[in-house]
Amino acid sequence: MKKRGLNKVDLIFEKVDLREVLTVAYNMPQAEIIQKVLDSGLKGRGGAGFPTGLKWKYTAAEKDPDKYIVCNADEGEPGTFKDREILDRVAYKVYGGMVIAGKAVGAKTGIVYLRGEYKFLLPQLLAELDEFHRLIKEIGFDFSISYRMGSGAYICGEESALFESIEGFRGEPRNKPPYPTVSGVFGKPTSINNVETLVTALMVIKHGPESYSQLGTKDSRGSKVFSISGDTPTPGIFELELGMTVQAFVNEFGDGDTKAVQVGGASGFCVPRKRFEDTIIGFEGVPTGGSMKLFNSSRSMYNVLHNYLDFFAEESCGQCTPCRVGCQQLLKGVQKVKKGEVKSTYLTELIKLADTMKVASKCGLGQSVGNAFKTIVENFREEIIY
Amino acid sequence: MYQLGNLVKELTEKHGRSRESLMPILQGVVERHSYLTDEAMVEIANQLDISAAEVYGTASFYTFLDTKERGKYVIRVCKTITCAMKGKNEILETLEDMLKVKVGETTADKQFSLLETNCIGWCHKAPAMLINEMPYTELTPEKVVEIIKSYMQKK
Repeated sequence: MKKRGLNKVDLIFEKVDLREVLTVAYNMPQAEIIQKVLDSGLKGRGGAGFPTGLKWKYTAAEKDPDKYIVCNADEGEPGTFKDREILDRVAYKVYGGMVIAGKAVGAKTGIVYLRGEYKFLLPQLLAELDEFHRLIKEIGFDFSISYRMGSGAYICGEESALFESIEGFRGEPRNKPPYPTVSGVFGKPTSINNVETLVTALMVIKHGPESYSQLGTKDSRGSKVFSISGDTPTPGIFELELGMTVQAFVNEFGDGDTKAVQVGGASGFCVPRKRFEDTIIGFEGVPTGGSMKLFNSSRSMYNVLHNYLDFFAEESCGQCTPCRVGCQQLLKGVQKVKKGEVKSTYLTELIKLADTMKVASKCGLGQSVGNAFKTIVENFREEIIY
Repeated sequence: MYQLGNLVKELTEKHGRSRESLMPILQGVVERHSYLTDEAMVEIANQLDISAAEVYGTASFYTFLDTKERGKYVIRVCKTITCAMKGKNEILETLEDMLKVKVGETTADKQFSLLETNCIGWCHKAPAMLINEMPYTELTPEKVVEIIKSYMQKK
């Protein structure tokens, strides 16, 4: 595997002439837009990494005349703040991505689901939206966007929970299939895309799929925005080409004493120092929705794990047993091990529980609790026990 | 409660009476009144022609849709990992000292409620908190004192 260094990119925040890009998109056949996004290799930037072009293709194939484009702005993964920054700085590009998606799949309605924690941004976002609606009307698009607010529930970032919330219900994930492209919000075919994905799609239409797919690797095309925090001298938002090693990342952002990097937030993976060199940041290695947390040797990985488990125990929607009970038991379990109330071999039992949660939980929340749990327990076992 | 009844009516006229209006209506009440009283939820149920249990069931799912009494200003201090690493406890202690309440409590004059919350998306500027919808970041105990003083003067 080719190892890559670190390469900074400026695509997401690059200033564009929206009228120009959208005029091009307006005159482009539906199938051509989808083909360009497929050719770019773009995968969803929210974390799950489903190919965006395919999502659009499946939604386009549905016969229902009422379809939706939903922008998932319920950014809640611990350590992620890039969608807030994107909306704050280039909301017009997010809206642009939505109208292009609408054209591609044949939808006239867009909904942005914004997390309640970002409500302070709403006035400026609505002002930009008015301007946007004027612009697309002039170009000739028949498309309009409205906002729905979240109210403090991490689970609503899960697509079907988000639909439930828009419809006025508890944010409990639905069974799949049917997938959103067939039956999404209000039971209609829906393409739900992350904030950054929509901006990236707009840039693919602007620059062409060839130039975009030159960036990154075979499995992880392009660049993405990283949210960097923890023990680093330079916390913040950085857009980087995909495919670098964790080592290249740490060389740039570490404080010289980095012992672990949590890639992908609480639901992601912990990479210890000994694996920095051979771990790629991307779908072939450790995938991430953008959250990168650095921990130096002064940090207790027990505290990190405890904090994550506490988070999941609170944010589990409680609908399915493996996740509801599993999160609580993992939390109680590590507390017992730490206090010496049970033998350290109990950790092996807890890992089995995490594995069960992965196969038995209904949605991505319960399925991914084991990622951080296992990678922290396996790599920092002594810190959990003593 | 008469006032809240009017508020609910105003909100249902604005957002409509279908099920999808429920979240905006609940959010509207909390925006003006900090929390949802039992009477407000019953009134919403009447307006939307659904059971009060449905309204409570939905509201109680969402952290920001409080069904317990809250003060005029709800302070939510982020407790997720980066904020925890960067001094969240000191921030909480400062707030507890200043407001004379513990986490989860409301001041006697009903002005402030002190709560903890999960990641609010300001990890690069930790520690952070929300007061109602406004974020405050890169907090220090000194900064917190200034912020709370400015809210106390707002009364």
